[in-house]
Amino acid sequence: MQRFATLFTKLDQTTKTNRKVAALASYFRDAPDDDKLWTIALLSGRRPKRAVNTTRLREWGAEAAGIPLWLFEEAYPIVGDLAETIALVLPEGSGSSDRSLSEWIMELRGLAKVEEPQRKEAVLAAWAGLGPVERFVFNKLLTGGFRMGVSAKLMTRALSQATGVEETELAHRLMGDWSPDTVSFESLVLTRDPDADLSKPYPFYLAYQLDAAPDNLGAPGDWLAEHKWDGIRGQLILRGGQHYVWSRGEELMTDRFPELARAVDFLPSGTVLDGEILAWREEAPLPFNALQKRIGRKTVPKKLLAEAPVILRAYDLLEVNGTDLRSAPMATRRAQLDTLFADLPPDAPLRLSPKLSFKSWDALADIRETSRALGAEGLMLKRLTSPYGTGRKKGDWWKWKVDPLTIDAVMIYAQAGHGRRANLYTDFTFAVWKGNELVPFTKAYSGLTDKEFREITAWVRKNTLERFGPVRRVTPEHVFEIAFEGIQESPRHKSGVALRFPRMSRWRHDKPVSEANTLEDLKDMLALYG
Amino acid sequence: MDVLTFTDRGIYCPAGDFFIDPWRPVERALITHGHADHARPGHAHYLSTESAAPVMRHRLGDITLDTIGYGETRQIGSARVSFHPAGHVPGSAQIRIEVGGEVWVVSGDYKIEDDGLCEAFEPVRCHAFISECTFGLPVFRWDAQDDVMAAINAWWASCAAAGKTAVLGAYALGKAQRLLAHLDPGQGPILTHGAVEATNAVLRGQGLKLPDTVQVTAEITAKTHPGAIVLAPPSALGTPWMKRFGAVETGFASGWMRLRGVRRRRAADRGFIMSDHADWAGLNAAISQTGAERIFVTHGYTSVFRRWLETQGYDARIVETEFEGESVDTQDPQVAET
Repeated sequence: MQRFATLFTKLDQTTKTNRKVAALASYFRDAPDDDKLWTIALLSGRRPKRAVNTTRLREWGAEAAGIPLWLFEEAYPIVGDLAETIALVLPEGSGSSDRSLSEWIMELRGLAKVEEPQRKEAVLAAWAGLGPVERFVFNKLLTGGFRMGVSAKLMTRALSQATGVEETELAHRLMGDWSPDTVSFESLVLTRDPDADLSKPYPFYLAYQLDAAPDNLGAPGDWLAEHKWDGIRGQLILRGGQHYVWSRGEELMTDRFPELARAVDFLPSGTVLDGEILAWREEAPLPFNALQKRIGRKTVPKKLLAEAPVILRAYDLLEVNGTDLRSAPMATRRAQLDTLFADLPPDAPLRLSPKLSFKSWDALADIRETSRALGAEGLMLKRLTSPYGTGRKKGDWWKWKVDPLTIDAVMIYAQAGHGRRANLYTDFTFAVWKGNELVPFTKAYSGLTDKEFREITAWVRKNTLERFGPVRRVTPEHVFEIAFEGIQESPRHKSGVALRFPRMSRWRHDKPVSEANTLEDLKDMLALYG
Repeated sequence: MDVLTFTDRGIYCPAGDFFIDPWRPVERALITHGHADHARPGHAHYLSTESAAPVMRHRLGDITLDTIGYGETRQIGSARVSFHPAGHVPGSAQIRIEVGGEVWVVSGDYKIEDDGLCEAFEPVRCHAFISECTFGLPVFRWDAQDDVMAAINAWWASCAAAGKTAVLGAYALGKAQRLLAHLDPGQGPILTHGAVEATNAVLRGQGLKLPDTVQVTAEITAKTHPGAIVLAPPSALGTPWMKRFGAVETGFASGWMRLRGVRRRRAADRGFIMSDHADWAGLNAAISQTGAERIFVTHGYTSVFRRWLETQGYDARIVETEFEGESVDTQDPQVAET
């Protein structure tokens, strides 16, 4: 574990991308193959199954630290990470382990099979025998989520440097349904033939946000424009008579959206589509809310299937007749997609994302304004000559979102953040006027600069009226502009509304509390956009 | 009878008609130490330790300041007052107030470990103890200073070996001098930001031994002083002022660096865990050594720490103050002036 702990320390001690890649590349050159394979798995979110539940871990951690459980529970949200909290409260440890990363993982998996007393004994023994960083790493393996500030992209770059395999090819090899149990380092990284795995997705191409009007993107005629749909990005793979649905986070979602199974009846095998999964009724998308109910469900009850049926609104064709089409220009891919979809009957769970026709950027700007009414978040712009890339790359794909809705609200409660924001007040509750009363309607955590968070933190400390545990009621004195993407009716909220993606867009130093918006204003927005 | 009461101007002693570290202007203020959240401008009369006085004058200008030695007793009204080392920064004190046989102690900010620079913390027996608890959670535990300084010196050496200037962020009063006192001058030149050097000069003037330093001026660059370490206030990190040093590595020394999330927010290349405040064990040891039954906690993780103290059998309360403790984010006001 030493080698892996050292890697972790190196990655953790620097904010510089080059240094992270260098540390990883050097690890990929020297570590044993099994450890490399597990490292790739961990850094791409393929974690070993959790062998101990977190409730037990908290109890054992508190016990080993000699502190009451409530105290542990108070510290945990401030640290923001269970594995780290345990590592920090345990008594001084200076041991180290010669066992390799993969040996430790095997040991952890063994824990799932033994009785709880033995499991506890093994965990306590591991804590006692490891040093601070190794303990943290061990806890991370125990709790599952392993984030080391390294994106899949950086990991792939480092692996490419260490192996000489080209980066894009490597990204493709690492996609899909594999685990360290089903592959070896050799077969996955060095010699893998992606075609052997029918379910294997292509790396997603991601767009950058366009912050101003697209005037400097050149001639409008060089671009394809379409609405940006507010659903779940998905890749639909039809191969060998089977279908597979992948999320952008490389999660296999096939069983979650059984409606898409019928795609095999309408499109030939050897087809891969990129598009947006949308809840769909009467040839229009339902609000994201409807789709949200289906996220997180492994299987879908009939009632929900009837309430929120889904379709895939396709916008790109990555594979046709079993041939990788990604290097072909956008225009060609889209033309082939149009041909493929030309005669689909309406009962196919597939729709095209319509191309928008526009002569000038001004005309497109007008179209953009209609997005919200159509249930779209804005526009997508794709260069007609561009190939389908890997990951987020600037230049060829842009998202041009509609301006958010805004409302001016009064801050009434503040709570300290955790993790990165442990000692700052960053979580606020906002209210609008209902007559002479301030009615809370949303929380917001983001949007201010570090400097503004520092300023508001100092202010909160001096203007606390009341405390409820970690929450402070503060003098209603500051007005913030809250920006949000959508508004829904919500019986669960006192105000009767729920916002989508609320954040603080501006600190309105210029506005007195009396000029904040009212509940009536919110209700008007609900009527318009809800 | 309560020896001290808690008002919106600060901690007040009715028997002696004085305040301790008040945050609004008052007639008579007893000051635990020179940090800006404890020693504020605008009071008519100040009282501090002799060793805190030069920094107070440096920071607050022309004030009416009376001084007192550690352990010396002074009668103010019907209160007997004495100052005792708090181990926080040079000159820092806990203030002991005795009225009619009842003894209360205001700790100000304190740390238990002897840092070799400031007067080491001394426990003072009392009936009621007013304590900070900036790091009042069991996740905060400091390594021994020798180990941290060894890590910092090693980091400096590795920067120098890589042809980079090491820039270490530290507060102008206290942390900067503590680091300075334990840097290894044999490794290379030690450069200082003006805000740090101004405080160095004051402390050297009162006899503190600090290694030689060179204040950074317009002529000083990475070329004139290769392999240097630079001590600068945290607010100078990442500003154009640093350009002169060419390729740099930044480090930051604070108790908050114990938390990985905060280390990442600070976005320094290296975070060193070092604080001038007591850690969890330090707070508990200090409180236990006072023998006090009543504990008032002023700033930090007050609600958790209060509850913890209650389970340990203390009569513990929270007092709202405007003290800030150690923050990774607070700007040192001295820097703005330089």
